[in-house]
Amino acid sequence: MTFFAMGGYAIYVWPAYGISAIALIGLGVTSWRALRRNERLVELADNPDRRS
Amino acid sequence: MLHYANPQHFLSLARRLTPWLLGAALLLLAVGVYLALFVAPPDYQQGEASRIMYVHVPAAWMSMFVYGCMAAASVAAFVFKHPLGDVAAKAAAPAGAVFTALALVTGMLWGKPMWGAWWVWDARLTSVLILFFLYIAYIALWDAIEEPARAARMARILCLVGAVNIPIIHFSVDWWNTLHQGSTVFRMDGPKMPVSMLTPLLIMAIAYTVLFAGLLLVRMRTEILARRLRTLRLNLEGAPA
Repeated sequence: MTFFAMGGYAIYVWPAYGISAIALIGLGVTSWRALRRNERLVELADNPDRRS
Repeated sequence: MLHYANPQHFLSLARRLTPWLLGAALLLLAVGVYLALFVAPPDYQQGEASRIMYVHVPAAWMSMFVYGCMAAASVAAFVFKHPLGDVAAKAAAPAGAVFTALALVTGMLWGKPMWGAWWVWDARLTSVLILFFLYIAYIALWDAIEEPARAARMARILCLVGAVNIPIIHFSVDWWNTLHQGSTVFRMDGPKMPVSMLTPLLIMAIAYTVLFAGLLLVRMRTEILARRLRTLRLNLEGAPA
């Protein structure tokens, strides 16, 4: 498994890729959730009758 | 162009563009990471640690590119009273902060094995840290000021004053003696890097840029809806019971 050893630099290379992935996925998920939330709220505000 | 200055037209265009941009970003990221980890050769001096470059350099470029976009949007808001200028700058800031944090953290993970230190107070690292604080201050300013028009004005000023930091970051490696290496891609005499490394690097950079464009549209839509909600609430409060 020389690939995962990264020539002895595994403890630096993998965290760099891991942190990048986590941060960008996190940014994407929070941005998307905020959009969905506001879309729901505007929908509710435009049609107040449907509030239950 | 003016057609899309209308938030309603912008919303419908953004809604159609978002899935294409995010889909393209994922595809480019998959190709870029594959090339970076499996195809690109190890550096003759740095060995496999050089693979950190493919996540560090695009994040660092984006940290400056996003700020440049925010500055351009702030100018558009100031000079042309463009209604989407403030929306774009405000929506971009958290993404810029994330890219800057990634540039700093992946840089530390690269610095430790190569320089023997996680952090050094040299011109490049310090000016990027200042950029990170500028993003944080910009985001905090929007939250701190209650009245939207005043918050927008203060945010534009902060953004444009902070923009002097961008050329400082770029030229820091030439102006001062730094541990950080100089530019190898954006040089007057062309890139000084083998194609086998330059290709994955550029694909990752394009992937990050397209991802930012997609996220920016998502976040701008969120902000436009938030503004609409605020007016709806104000109307409700003003209406007779």
